[in-house]
Amino acid sequence: MSNQLPGALSIGIKRGGLEIKQFLRQKESVVFTLLFPLILLAIFGSVFSETIAPDVTFSQYFVAGMIASALVNTGFQQIAIFIPIERDLGALKRLRGTPMPASSYFIGKAIVVTVSMIAQVVLLLAAGVAFFGVNLPTQLDKWLIFAALIFLGSLVSTILGVAFSSVPKNARGASAIVSPVVIILQFFSGVFFIFTDLPAWMQQVAAIFPLKWLTQGMRSVFLPENFATREIAGNWETGRTFAIIGIWLVVGTFLAIRTFKWDRD
Amino acid sequence: MKPVISVEGLRKSYGALAVVKDLSLTINQGEIFAILGPNGAGKTTTVEILEGFRTADNGLISVLDTDPAIKGPAALAWRNRIGIVLQSTQDTAELTVREALSHFASYYSNPRDVEDVITLVGLQEKADDRARTLSGGQRRRLDVGLGIIGRPELLFLDEPTTGFDPEARRAFWILIKQLKSEGTTILLTTHYLDEAEALADRVAVMNHGEILEVSTPALLGGRADARATISWREAGEVKSEASDTPTEFVKSLSARLGGEVPELSIHRPTLEDIYLSMIGATHE
Repeated sequence: MSNQLPGALSIGIKRGGLEIKQFLRQKESVVFTLLFPLILLAIFGSVFSETIAPDVTFSQYFVAGMIASALVNTGFQQIAIFIPIERDLGALKRLRGTPMPASSYFIGKAIVVTVSMIAQVVLLLAAGVAFFGVNLPTQLDKWLIFAALIFLGSLVSTILGVAFSSVPKNARGASAIVSPVVIILQFFSGVFFIFTDLPAWMQQVAAIFPLKWLTQGMRSVFLPENFATREIAGNWETGRTFAIIGIWLVVGTFLAIRTFKWDRD
Repeated sequence: MKPVISVEGLRKSYGALAVVKDLSLTINQGEIFAILGPNGAGKTTTVEILEGFRTADNGLISVLDTDPAIKGPAALAWRNRIGIVLQSTQDTAELTVREALSHFASYYSNPRDVEDVITLVGLQEKADDRARTLSGGQRRRLDVGLGIIGRPELLFLDEPTTGFDPEARRAFWILIKQLKSEGTTILLTTHYLDEAEALADRVAVMNHGEILEVSTPALLGGRADARATISWREAGEVKSEASDTPTEFVKSLSARLGGEVPELSIHRPTLEDIYLSMIGATHE
């Protein structure tokens, strides 16, 4: 007989597996989650058929925004809406009554978000290449930046969703509070429009939050190198992008731990 | 023997409303202890403080030699030794019984065998069914299974049989008695007086944030000494009489009526009668 409790990471990985299993068993939400980015790409790809620059179609520009945006939808939005549901169901209170560490719960969420993101990206890129003439990067370093953005973007989006989950009082109000935050952030961050066309104050507000940086980072992956001169800074600001994502990761983790609510009232 | 739970001078208020007022109690190892009381009596608040879900304003509280308000890794070590069955939850709906139990087992240092728990809670036939397909009673047994999977020394049971049919309730009682026979200490809150009577070694009656009495179900409220009520039919009407010596009374009644007494019944106060009079008495 051992009195050693299982480690937080090992429980977290088990929770990730369990959350994925529960997610896959809700067929409607699987279909919706995976198809939503494709539908958006199809709409925008059909409406805006002009090119932004030589060799840069709107679809090419937009696919970068779509992937960054999917990070926010899958992580922040779904987590911040789903946690209040789990709280109302009493699921969190039940967990609080067990020796499961809080960090394991967060790790489980991050795993399900990352896995879902990978599935969405694969589908989105496949559809983009097949139907909308999207070009994939050819250099290894672009792919490494891409992988790092997906991984860190999933983490930061998840943890900020966890932190924000204590704002809605209950499950019914959650969607009404979380969705506008996400939509406004998407408009400000240049997901649906060309960022440099936005008013300066919008750009400045967007620069505080990670979505603008994730979107810009994705453009650095999917747009030609010479397009960087058309960014506000005149280059991709890759170092700054990762620094700001890193800061939000730390801030988000701190907020998530401090404010997390296991129970109603 | 050291008590499993000891509480001295527990107080809790929400704003100006005192929900628990200077409550003290001791629960010993291996006993089933029931807390009875009407809604709003302070039962839930008291139990949630003992479970570590809420903090007390005042009082010395020890649960398994630990203050339930403990935080950090020591809190997890403490939770490893307790089991909590809350009021009905629907959170594991998409998991099968076996998956839910196996997963929760992975949280504990020395869990029970999953198959043993499935058998213990009588869900062998349903082990591979999703939780959302279970009936209310089966769902509740899964809740208990999740509560005991970590081999707790102390089990909290909150309204465990609400919504059960009588047969399911009796099957459930057998399970609880079995846990007790394995040495588990159980703190039970219930609205059902017959449940408290069938299971509890001792009961506490709470009202308005205070414990009115702690006793065995048989002795609560002077029940054992209470007068018996004898009723019978005589000359076309039902008569009744309270007596300290019901046997003598029936003997003389029989002699007077010439043998068999029509519609004879002797009624001693049930736990419910006693409980209601205790609760009623404090309303005045």
